[in-house]
Amino acid sequence: MNFLTWGTDPYGQELLIRISWDLLYLASVSGILFVIGHAVWLSFLAPSVSAAEVDDAQLANVPEKVARHSLASRAFHWIMAVAMLVLLFTGFLPAIGVQFAWVTMHWIAGVVLTLSIIYHIIHASFWLDLWSMWIGPQDVTDAVRRFKRSLGQDAPAPRKHAKYPLENRLYHHAIVVTGGLVTITGLLMMYRIETPLWTRDPYILADQTWGMVYVVHGLSAVSLVTLVIAHIYFGLRPEKRWITWSMIRGWIDRRHYVEHHDPEQWAARSEGDSGQR
Amino acid sequence: MAVIRDMMTTFELFQPANVEDAAALLREHEGRAWVLAGGLDSFDWFKDRIKRPAVVVDLGGIESLKGIESTADGLEIGAMTPLTDVVRHPDIAENYGLLAEAAELVASPQIRNQGTLGGNVSQDTRCWYYRDGWICYRAGGNICYADTPTSMNREHAIFGADRCVAVNPSDTAPALIALDAKMVVQTTGGERVVDAEDYFIGPSTDIMRMTILRPGDLLTSIRIPSTWAGARFYFEKVRDRQVWDFPLVNVASAIRVSGGTIEDARVAVNGVAPYPMRLTAVEDALRGATQDEATAERVGELAIRGARPLRQNAYKIPLMRNLVKRSVRVAEA
Repeated sequence: MNFLTWGTDPYGQELLIRISWDLLYLASVSGILFVIGHAVWLSFLAPSVSAAEVDDAQLANVPEKVARHSLASRAFHWIMAVAMLVLLFTGFLPAIGVQFAWVTMHWIAGVVLTLSIIYHIIHASFWLDLWSMWIGPQDVTDAVRRFKRSLGQDAPAPRKHAKYPLENRLYHHAIVVTGGLVTITGLLMMYRIETPLWTRDPYILADQTWGMVYVVHGLSAVSLVTLVIAHIYFGLRPEKRWITWSMIRGWIDRRHYVEHHDPEQWAARSEGDSGQR
Repeated sequence: MAVIRDMMTTFELFQPANVEDAAALLREHEGRAWVLAGGLDSFDWFKDRIKRPAVVVDLGGIESLKGIESTADGLEIGAMTPLTDVVRHPDIAENYGLLAEAAELVASPQIRNQGTLGGNVSQDTRCWYYRDGWICYRAGGNICYADTPTSMNREHAIFGADRCVAVNPSDTAPALIALDAKMVVQTTGGERVVDAEDYFIGPSTDIMRMTILRPGDLLTSIRIPSTWAGARFYFEKVRDRQVWDFPLVNVASAIRVSGGTIEDARVAVNGVAPYPMRLTAVEDALRGATQDEATAERVGELAIRGARPLRQNAYKIPLMRNLVKRSVRVAEA
């Protein structure tokens, strides 16, 4: 298996071209194996974990529908999701032999993704609780405890989740890194094609630098293949569907809130409350 | 980079006697096999050591791929039929003179004796950066050396460029498009028949190929329907050397005229885009118009709409406009 594709430039020097498409297959297989492994482990091997007990008194203090994602947040998520899927399909289908005119679709989806990311950065910085994505030492302690208990080992009970479980935050940060790299390199690569946005100029970087841009773009993109496979899998899992529904409806029901979330870390607000964070 | 000329690297040669064996060989060696027709394009690549296939499948021994047959609806020409046979065939000369004229303008008599119709439409581009072994987009790289501020791109595209600016060099391709020909392709999934214009693909679809042929596919024959038999035809090729050269621009038209009014028309050009271009806007404008100077002038201007010249090939715009004008004005039965 090759990791990188090299060529020879007109001066006889070795030139980095891009990643090897072998990595696409590796990323796809890794994602699928993870899904299968996780599903098998959860179905047959994982010790059963009883749901946290919820009493009526706790429920009484919580709104029936707890707001989780504002309309703006949901719009961003789904626009980004569509753009990302279009980018992955238009980017990789030609590499596996499906012929179609992909370049225009690809860069337009890339522009949509970029605009949605800019929107999200502004929205998250000024209207959302930016710190809800922060991972602190206590989160790590809780994660270790949770992991030990999932293996059937003795460990103190971890705190309930804040607004976003640790795995959500880790996934978000992985997407920030890979999505950020793929977007920045993608914008640079748009200088190599004709678009109405700016004048084509493939010479803003040297050949070797372009090679590195292509490699970073490719590595980020194949990483996203694995991440997207895992994300869709978790979004469809029965025990996670209430989270997926919250990304559609914007709210979670009070029972899931009480079961899974710590009011100290995430105060419940009623759906429709304009003060939602 | 081409270092040693006229010395091919070694390869395993197969000379199947029928299409089934050829297809089986291509399947067996998929991704490593090179299909050899007349060899005019192939041996350039091999001798320059730019393409170094491990396996070559020579179609020269497959008799069923050669010859021209009359069918219930026109003609069927085997992909391995030499261009000379196409030029000399009486039915083609009488009813589909457009193809005979285009084939006769391909290269030299010796090349037409050896070169095949299938090879002519399936040949690779002549972009010298690519053919000299530079690692451009078409060769699997990520740059076009022909589209830089200092590159030599006099012969390159004014339409349809998408990162790669190479053009299709076939003379017979626009004639086949104008005649509404169908290409018969043997694929791993069976026989596939496509319109001639759909046989060619641009870099936006696949930057490393000029036709729909995938590894393992074979063009077996070309069917010419009788729809345009005996129509008014025009073919003209403009090239640097009149005796033997690839086209800078060529044009092929088939027009049906009744009482001075154009009933229907098909017009195609090549040498201006990475694929032979059928000019559907021109055809639409021609239908119902009078075959006169004003119409020719109008469709000439229409033909060049959207052209984007490179640094050294703006001359192709008036050239193409004038060829299209002439193809309408001069087309005769």
